[in-house]
Amino acid sequence: MNFNATLIGQSITFIFFVWFCMKFVWPPIMSALETRKKQIADGLTAADRGKHELELAAKKAGDNMRDAKAQAAEVIAQAEKRAAQIIEEAKTAAKEEGDRQLAAAQANIAQETNRARESLREQVAGLAVAGAEKILRREVNAQTHADLLGQLKAEL
Amino acid sequence: MATEYASSGEYIKHHLQNLTYGQHVDGTWGFAHGAAEAKAMGFWAINVDSMAFAIGLGFLFLFLFRMAAKKATTGVPSGLQNFVEWIIEFVDSSVRGSFSHQNPLVAPLALTVFMWVFLMNLMDLFPVDWLPFVASMSGLPHLKVVPSTDPNVTFGMSLSIFVLVLFYSVKMKGAGGFFSELAFQPFPKFLFPVNLLLEGVGLIAKPISLALRLFGNMYAGEMIFILIALMFGGNWVLAVFGGTLQWAWAVFHILIITLQAFIFMTLTIVYLDMAHAEHH
Repeated sequence: MNFNATLIGQSITFIFFVWFCMKFVWPPIMSALETRKKQIADGLTAADRGKHELELAAKKAGDNMRDAKAQAAEVIAQAEKRAAQIIEEAKTAAKEEGDRQLAAAQANIAQETNRARESLREQVAGLAVAGAEKILRREVNAQTHADLLGQLKAEL
Repeated sequence: MATEYASSGEYIKHHLQNLTYGQHVDGTWGFAHGAAEAKAMGFWAINVDSMAFAIGLGFLFLFLFRMAAKKATTGVPSGLQNFVEWIIEFVDSSVRGSFSHQNPLVAPLALTVFMWVFLMNLMDLFPVDWLPFVASMSGLPHLKVVPSTDPNVTFGMSLSIFVLVLFYSVKMKGAGGFFSELAFQPFPKFLFPVNLLLEGVGLIAKPISLALRLFGNMYAGEMIFILIALMFGGNWVLAVFGGTLQWAWAVFHILIITLQAFIFMTLTIVYLDMAHAEHH
């Protein structure tokens, strides 16, 4: 073993290399590593959050669907009820109208009957008077028996 | 290529000699030819091959990682960035596992130690004769391609780390606290000379063991590659056997290379953690 100034040269070189490494090599690579580590961690967290949000959204969508279905069923039920009601109302209205028309027709008929009866009675009275006149023409003076005839007419 | 040398001993010696530049005994400056000349240059000489490969590999590491750092995106990483991030996360988890204090220096230090030592060790997988052969073609007397087989290199790193350990020990615990840690345990206070001796040896052993472990492992591995390479000088049966052996040792060496880089990094982290920790 032969020691010489190489010892000093090597020491100086070593110190320079360590300084250079500490200044220009280690920090940028380490910071890149740290940043990447952080990015990956952030990405994983974001993925977890996304998954969670997806689950929540799916749950919400299911809820919405169920609500909508319930609402639709309710609307249909109401519509059916309303339809039944409308039919019922229409039936009642039709019945009332029919009754009203029937009553009117009956009243009309009664009126017509009365009128016909009245006119018939007058005709019968007329006929009776005419018949009696024909019978009495020979023996009864119309003028003398006028009160009798009027009384008869009233009785008819 | 072993045939170019007078003996296998000389071949081995040649391969274990650094390319040393310094002042010769006669006052001229130049490369040392052989171990004796290198030794004669004294302390103020420099192993050009170790420094060149160490600096080149260090810049390769910084260049690759700086490129990845510049283009670092938080999106899907591309090939180079992926590789760099893989290593950085590995180093970061090692630091988090062994270092329980706040210090922005430790992780980049650990990364530099790991990658630099790994790349320097990796040079061991080049067949031992290739680069020295190219060097001898261009007139250089010696070339040792694995910087971590040079104790100057491993001690340069471990002593720098030791200075950091001392610095943070004093900074975190104060000079008195650091001294009491060395002097007042494990035995009672009145035995403080014994404590000081024990703890002092323990402290000094840290950088020495750190440097020698790496140096020893890589030196031994290199030595075995050289010994295997000697077989290529024999007949073709020996050469084929040597080739197989070299391949097997290289495969095994991949493990050693990585392991030694990892151990150097882990111990650096542990020593710095101990420097920060309060003993009670």
